[in-house]
This record gives sequence, structure tokens and C-alpha cells, in this order.
Amino acid sequence: MDLGPYLLFASLEGLVHAAVLSLIALGLSLVFGVMRIVNVAHGEFFMLGAILTWWVSNFVMGNPALGFLLALLIVPLVVGIIAMFSDLLILRHLKYDPEVTIIATIGILYIIQQFALMTFGPDARPVEQPFNIRLDLFWFGFSAYKFFVIFSAIILLFCVWLVMAKTKFGLILRATQLDSEIAQAFGIPISTVYSLVFGVGAAIAAVGAVLIVPIQQAHYLMGGEPLLLAFIVVIIGGLGSLKGTVVAAMLIGISDGIISVFFSPNLAKILATLLVVVVLLIRPNGLFRTIRT
Amino acid sequence: MKKILKANISRRKLMKGIASVGSIVAMPGFVSYSQAANSSPIKIGFQVHRTGIGAAYGRWYDRTTQAAVKIINDSGGINGRPLEIIAEDDGTDPKRGAEALEKFANQHDCDVAFGTLFSHVVIGSAPRAGELKLPYFVVSEGHHVASGMLNRYTLQPGITDVKSQVQAMAPFVKDNLGKKVTMVYPDFAFGHDHRDYFSAAFESQGGQIIAKVPIPPTESSFSKYFPKIPRDTEVLYHVMVGPAVLTFVKELGEFYGSKGPKLFGFIDSVEAVDLSTPGLEFLDGSYFWEGNPRYAQANQTDHDKFYRNAVGVDSNGASVSDPKDVSTYAHMFGCWETLHIIKKGMEESGYSGIKDRAKLIEAVESMTSMPLSQAHPQGAKIFNGKTHQTFGHQYITKMTNGKLVLAHTTSIEDTFYPDEVDYTKQSF
Amino acid sequence: MRKDLILHLSALSVLLLLELLGIFSDYHQGNFARILVLAAYGVGYNILFGYTGLLSLGHALFFSAGLYASGLSIYHLDYDIGQSIIFAIGISAFISSLIGFLALRTIGVSFMIVTLMFSQIAYLSILYFGSITRGDEGFVIQQSSRFFFSLDLSNPTIRYYSALLIFSLCIFINLWIAKSSFGRVLVAIRENSDRALMLGYNVQSYKLLSIIISGTISGFAGACYGILFGYVGASFATVSYSIFPLLWVLIGGAGTVLGPLVGAIFMFYLIDYASDITDAYMIIVGVSLLTVTLFARRGLLGELRYRFFKWIP
Repeated sequence: MDLGPYLLFASLEGLVHAAVLSLIALGLSLVFGVMRIVNVAHGEFFMLGAILTWWVSNFVMGNPALGFLLALLIVPLVVGIIAMFSDLLILRHLKYDPEVTIIATIGILYIIQQFALMTFGPDARPVEQPFNIRLDLFWFGFSAYKFFVIFSAIILLFCVWLVMAKTKFGLILRATQLDSEIAQAFGIPISTVYSLVFGVGAAIAAVGAVLIVPIQQAHYLMGGEPLLLAFIVVIIGGLGSLKGTVVAAMLIGISDGIISVFFSPNLAKILATLLVVVVLLIRPNGLFRTIRT
Repeated sequence: MKKILKANISRRKLMKGIASVGSIVAMPGFVSYSQAANSSPIKIGFQVHRTGIGAAYGRWYDRTTQAAVKIINDSGGINGRPLEIIAEDDGTDPKRGAEALEKFANQHDCDVAFGTLFSHVVIGSAPRAGELKLPYFVVSEGHHVASGMLNRYTLQPGITDVKSQVQAMAPFVKDNLGKKVTMVYPDFAFGHDHRDYFSAAFESQGGQIIAKVPIPPTESSFSKYFPKIPRDTEVLYHVMVGPAVLTFVKELGEFYGSKGPKLFGFIDSVEAVDLSTPGLEFLDGSYFWEGNPRYAQANQTDHDKFYRNAVGVDSNGASVSDPKDVSTYAHMFGCWETLHIIKKGMEESGYSGIKDRAKLIEAVESMTSMPLSQAHPQGAKIFNGKTHQTFGHQYITKMTNGKLVLAHTTSIEDTFYPDEVDYTKQSF
Repeated sequence: MRKDLILHLSALSVLLLLELLGIFSDYHQGNFARILVLAAYGVGYNILFGYTGLLSLGHALFFSAGLYASGLSIYHLDYDIGQSIIFAIGISAFISSLIGFLALRTIGVSFMIVTLMFSQIAYLSILYFGSITRGDEGFVIQQSSRFFFSLDLSNPTIRYYSALLIFSLCIFINLWIAKSSFGRVLVAIRENSDRALMLGYNVQSYKLLSIIISGTISGFAGACYGILFGYVGASFATVSYSIFPLLWVLIGGAGTVLGPLVGAIFMFYLIDYASDITDAYMIIVGVSLLTVTLFARRGLLGELRYRFFKWIP
């Protein structure tokens, strides 16, 4: 393929990747920003979303689109509730001490992962796409569903922005993020907010999972790599900045695709990681800082 | 306290050896253990990937091992002693693998260890096996044993290695598919082995490798690599491993549609994948290397029938209890055959206990021809005692109407390569 | 003699006697040899995390730097054991200086991510230069190369004593630091680095020195691991091997000298016994971690220190 179309192709592929990554990273950024904790189990909530999507679509007979829609409605809700419970039962009692929370979330990670292995099994299982249309874009074929993923992610990001910027709930979240003590002084029920945020963060990641699972497969170890990337995105974008998260996700998702056009995969990954390091060394608080770390 | 815990465990030990004479009497078609001089069980430590990236393969290794042990025990065990499997999860991690061997040798007093698949776990564990003087029968396909890297205690008599598989494919590809090949492979040791050995063999036949496309093994989306495949590719050689193989093949299909070069793939790319999955129609007409043909062929032997029945796999290579649960048919036979080889080795050496481990290894080293039989359902083998590696027939199948039909069987000699080590010269 | 010195010498003596008197079965002897070397790695990590308060998520970089430095020098350059260890220490010191210098431009969460990124680069580089490092498969250091002055290091007894020696060395360095004024400044930085700065201490220099010491000890442990156990592979450079020392230290007690050993023993035998009971032993591990964080958040030794024995260093 000539370079022009190849770059276009890689960019489109990268956009799909970026779309899902931005959702996962958004969930992490919310939790990071509002609660100031590192949730190592975030990737496992993503994985749970994928596994539950498989359960739902396997359960629903007939048109795969039906199963998909059902999953889109139910799965994020279920994952969000599970996340809320882990906050209520565990994290709350640790008073969100950053280091201890890391250990606790590692424990949660092990439990969720092993549970998935026990119930779902070690195999990777596919989920049928809700529709199977191949668009002929002159130089190459491209799956219409992938465009749908990008589109859906944009809509969801817009909705989140709407909620954060225009609703009372969003105001409460932003206030808590800025200064939780003052927010508490104003009568905001911090612990409830925290639980909700933890749940919402996981739920958003689960939406990403529902979208991506018809393209990839559901596998019990699929949470590790997205977690790593999500961390990078959140830090580079800047803690607490949703705009930064989205921009960073786009950057990383697309550049990953484009770099691999020119370099061998291992070298591409090394370069991408070095890039992250350089950004962090120059702007330790990320590209769009709103909170000082 | 440990003993009490163990009495309740039936999960961890795959097959409790039938130790007491009384319970055996009820079983049909057995040899009376009461005649055996020593009826304590022979313990085999099964190093299995229950968690980690190898877990999907580990599950089928487990099933095949259980089936083989049952068959062996039903026909009298080894030297009249029942076979007992002690399984440890190695988490597909080299450090844990070495620790598992430690448990086998020092905690459970196992006679031998067996069963590892992933190469890096084998290489990480083998040194410990050598130090513990524990015979270590791996079922890995890696070239590590025959390369001389390991030690006299590590053997691979039940499954052929990548080098012999790959180089045996070269003549067929060149004669039937095309002279210009692009290779797509995972960018780690296993993939590099494919790249290096196939290139050498193919180019020595007069063929040309026009491009090599490595893909990170943890990759989950592959489309962006496909444009690197040159337009004048006649044959696309593909081998992929890991949970994303289905995505790989589906995206390959999406990318090429019905046009595209001829495909020659290793079954690894679709191992445990249901070929009726939507999106795989484009594979029709393409060729695969199969270690052991997944679909029962027209010339199916009685031994293959028996083997499938024992393991619980149907004629499509899927679980009899769930036709969507496709087995790792191309690899798991190695467990069956290796256990039978251990049995034969112990019987030929008159193995009575741990002090006879060296004699066991010498007995296995002196094995050469292993004919097609119930013990070797995949096909006849020739074992090289010096390199500790076995050689066998390699199968090429063609996808026809959704099933893989045998197109070519290589001779065993096609798969030979010069010896790289002589372990028999090393001391114990 | 000082109480803390007595404590640590006693601990080491117990480990010595368990072996000398043959109380250790073969199985536990083998386990403890492994645990002691890994605990030495944990000691290195503890200096940066427990004492200085800097959470690194990339210490596998230092461990594998030492592992590969010594392993490759034996495998390709035919170094003997002594030479390879010195080489590994040098390389680890160099790399920790470099990484420390760069990473200290960030703090807090960014520091965590930067260290994680550096260790990712190390892992990917090991894979990229696979023709030298043998990539993910790794390579074996043959038994014949693992002799130290005619002592066969693959002999279980010799290996155990070597591991004990290595661990003791790291413990004494740690103890010495903990009791020195240098160590006290590190703790001050951990507690409140702004105040330490205001008191006139060059916080960055202290942090850098802490990273160098931490990284070098970790690298030393890595080199010893490869030599004692005969295998060098890329799996030791993955994120898991950065998480392990964090786990050991936090469970054993961050900022205590023996904490990493306690943590390493706890985790090892927890997994060992749990896997005897069920295949789903990781759930038991997860639950134990949660229990420790909920009820003993300072770590086992840390809680002991907090409640009863305030003098434990």
C-alpha cells in the first residue's frame, strides 16, 4: 500500500484504539482526580465488562445487535455496582491512604482476575459484532462497526463533559476534585461522592469494553495492557483534566498506529515509551495540568 | 495439618492413584496389583499452566493427561504400580516453574516431572531439574532441548520441535503454493524460530522470502501491520499465538476480502478456535500445518479413534460435551505420548524408585523407533537419544468446506536436521 | 550491645542454625535460598520506598540490570563469578544514577509512572536485542560456570549459605543507613520534604543518593539470583517483578529492616499453601492482601513496631 493510504489506514485504526482508550482513561482520571488514589484494579473492571458482555450476548438468542444493545445497557451498570461495593467494603475503611490503597486494589485485582478465570475460563471467546458491514474505502476495506465504536465513544465523552460542566452532579464532582475538605465544609457528602465516582469510573471503562469486545475477544488477562496505557494517558493528559485525558488518548492511540507503520513493533514501543518519559520530564504535571501532584 | 488438607483435595491431584488393593478389585479388566512387589504409586509431577498466558493450553494438557493416566492405570499401571499425577500451577512463569520442580522433588518425592509447554518456563525450570537430578519430560515444541542449552535430565520425546516442523514445510510451500513468501509471525522467540528456520529452509530450496512482518505478541489489533505485506506476495506464511489469534485471522480476512495471496498458516493461528466462527470463511482453500489433524480424516486410524474417545473429543476436535469448545488438538497429544514413553522407559529399565532415575533416562535415550500405536496416535516417531528430541510426521491440511482435510504428510526424514548436541556424553 | 543489633543478629542466627542443625528440610532450604535473595531485592527497594518515601513502580529495571549484567558477562564474555558480580554492581550503580537523575525531575504520581516507563523500556530493550539477550526465552547459566573459588554454587547447602550471606550483607548496609544521620535525613524527607528543605538539606541530592543505593542493592540481588539459580530471562523485567518488592515491603513493614524478609516469606508460603488447597489460590492471596491492608496496614513488622517495640529500625 502506498504511504498516504497506509497512514490513513493506520490513523483510522489508531482512532478506534484511541476511542476505547479514552473511555478507560476517563474512568481512571475521574477516580484519580476526585479520590486521589491509584486504582490498580481498574483494568480488571474493564475486563469484567468484556466478560459480562460475552455472557449477555451468549444468553440472548437471535440478532447479535439485540444482545449488544442489552449489554450496553446492563453491563456498565453491573460493573459500576461491583466497583461501588468494593469501595464501600474496602477502600472506604482505608481512608484512601494512597499507598495502602494500592495494595488493596492489587488484592482486588487478584480476586477479580481469578474469579474470571474460574467462571469464564482461560480461553479467549469472541462476541459477534452487532452488524457486519465492510466499507470499501477505495484503497482498503474498513469495518463499519469500527466507525460506530469511534462515534459512540465521542458521544459518550460529550455526555460526560455535559454532565461535568452543566449539571449539579458535575459541579459536586469538580468541587470535590478541587478541594475535598472545603467541599465537605459546604455539606457535600464526600464518602457518597467517592463511592459514586468509583462506580462511575468503572462503568465508563466497562462501556469501552462492551464496544471493543466484538472486535477483540474477551479474555481474563485483557485488563493488564489497557491499565498501563490508561495510566500513561492520564498522567500525560494531566491529572484532573478531562480534556487532557481525551487529547492524550488521541495522541497515544493514533501515534501508536502511525509509529508502527515505520518501525518494527518492539522499536515502536520503545520509542513510544521514551516519548512518554520525555513529556513527563519536561511537564511533570502533564500537558494540561489542573492539579499539582 | 497438611495431610488433612490433602485428603480433601481432589482438584489438585488430577488422578488419585489407586493405592489400596481393595478398591481395585471392583474395576473391570485390570491386572491384580496384589501381585506387584511394590504397589506404591509412581508419582509424576505435572507442571501445568493453570493460570497466566498459557492457561488455555494448560486446560487441554490437563484433560489429555488425565485421560492417558486412566488408560495406563486401567491396564495395570507401570510395573504393576499405579500412576499418580501431582499437578502444580506454574502460572506460565519461569521462576514459579522452577519452584514447582522443587516441590515435586523435595516435597512430594516425585519420580519424574513432565508437561511444560511454554519455552521460557522450560528454560527457566530445566536448570533446577538438572540440579535436583529430576527427569524432566517437556511437551513444549521448543528447539531448546535439541539446541544443547539444557541438560541430560531434560527430554522431549513426545512432541516434535519447531525447527523440524518448519523446515519440513518448505518443499510443499514452494512446490504447491509459490516462490515469493511473506512471513507474519509474533515478535518473540517462538516467532523468531519460525522466521529463521523457515527462511533458511525455503531459500535453500530456491524460494524467496520477500518480507518479514513481526507482530508484538501482546498485540490485540493487527490490521495496521497488514499493509506491510508487499503486493507481489505469492504466499502469506502466518503463525500467531495467544488470546488474540481469532482477531488476527478475522482482521486478515477483513483486510484481504476474497483477493489476496495464497495462505499457508500454522494451526497455532486458529488453535482452539471454532472454524465456523463468522469471518473465517476466507480461509477456505488455504493450507495449514497441523501437528495432529484436528478433524478425523478419511484414513482415520483406530488409534486416533481410541485417543479421541478417551480424551473426550469428537471428530471435529471439539469437546464432546460442548461442540463450541475446540481443543488444542495439535499439541496436547504430546502429553499422552510422553506419559506412555515414561511408562515404557520405566518398564524397560526396571525402574523401582528414585535411585533408578538415571537408568530411566538411559532407557529412554536408547529408544529409537516409536511406531504408530495406541501409545502414539499422532503417528510414528523416531527419537534421537543424543539430542533428547523426537521427530515425526508433519501434516498439511487444506480447509475445505469448513473442515481441515489432509493434503500432505511429510516423511519423518524430511524433518531431520544435523545434531547440535550429544547429551549422552554428559555425566549425570 | 544495642537492642536492634541483637535483634538482627538473632534473626540471622536463627536462619543460620535452621540450616546448620539440619532442621530445614530440603524443600524449605531450597525455598529459603530463593526467598533470601529476593528479600535482598526487597531490602534495596525498601531503602527508597520505606525510608525515603519514594514509590517506584520500575524497580524490576534495577533487578534485571544486575541479572543481565552478570548473566551476559558470564554467558558471552566468560567472566567468572566474582568479576561478573563486580561488573553487575558497577552497571547497576551507573543505571540507577542515570535513572535517578532523570526521574527525580518528577514527583509523586509522575515519579511512579516515569519509573514504570523506564522499566518498560528496559523490558522492551531486552526483547529488542534478543540476539544478545535471547529475548523472552532467556538463557541458562550452566552449572559448570557457577563456581566461586571452587565452591559449587548449585549445591543446595552452599547456595543456602550464599543466599544468607548476601541477605546479611544487605541487611547490615540497611541497618547502618537506618542508624546514620544520612538515614535520618531520608526519613525526614519521607515525613515532610518541604520542611527538610527549609532546614537546609539538599533534598534532591539525598533522594538521588537513595535511588543509587537502592538500585545498586537491587541490581546486586539480581546478579546473585541469576548466578545462584542459573536462569536469566526477560520475565524478571516485567511489571510483576516491580510489584513484588512493593508487596513484600508493604506486607512486612515499610521502613523496617527485616520487613522485606517477613513480607517475602509471608507471600511465598501463602501462595504455596493456598495452591495446595485450591487452584484458585490467587483469590486467597487477594483476600490476604485485603486483610493485611484493613487490619495491619503498617505491615506485620510495622504494626509490631508501632504497638510494642518502638526501637525496631
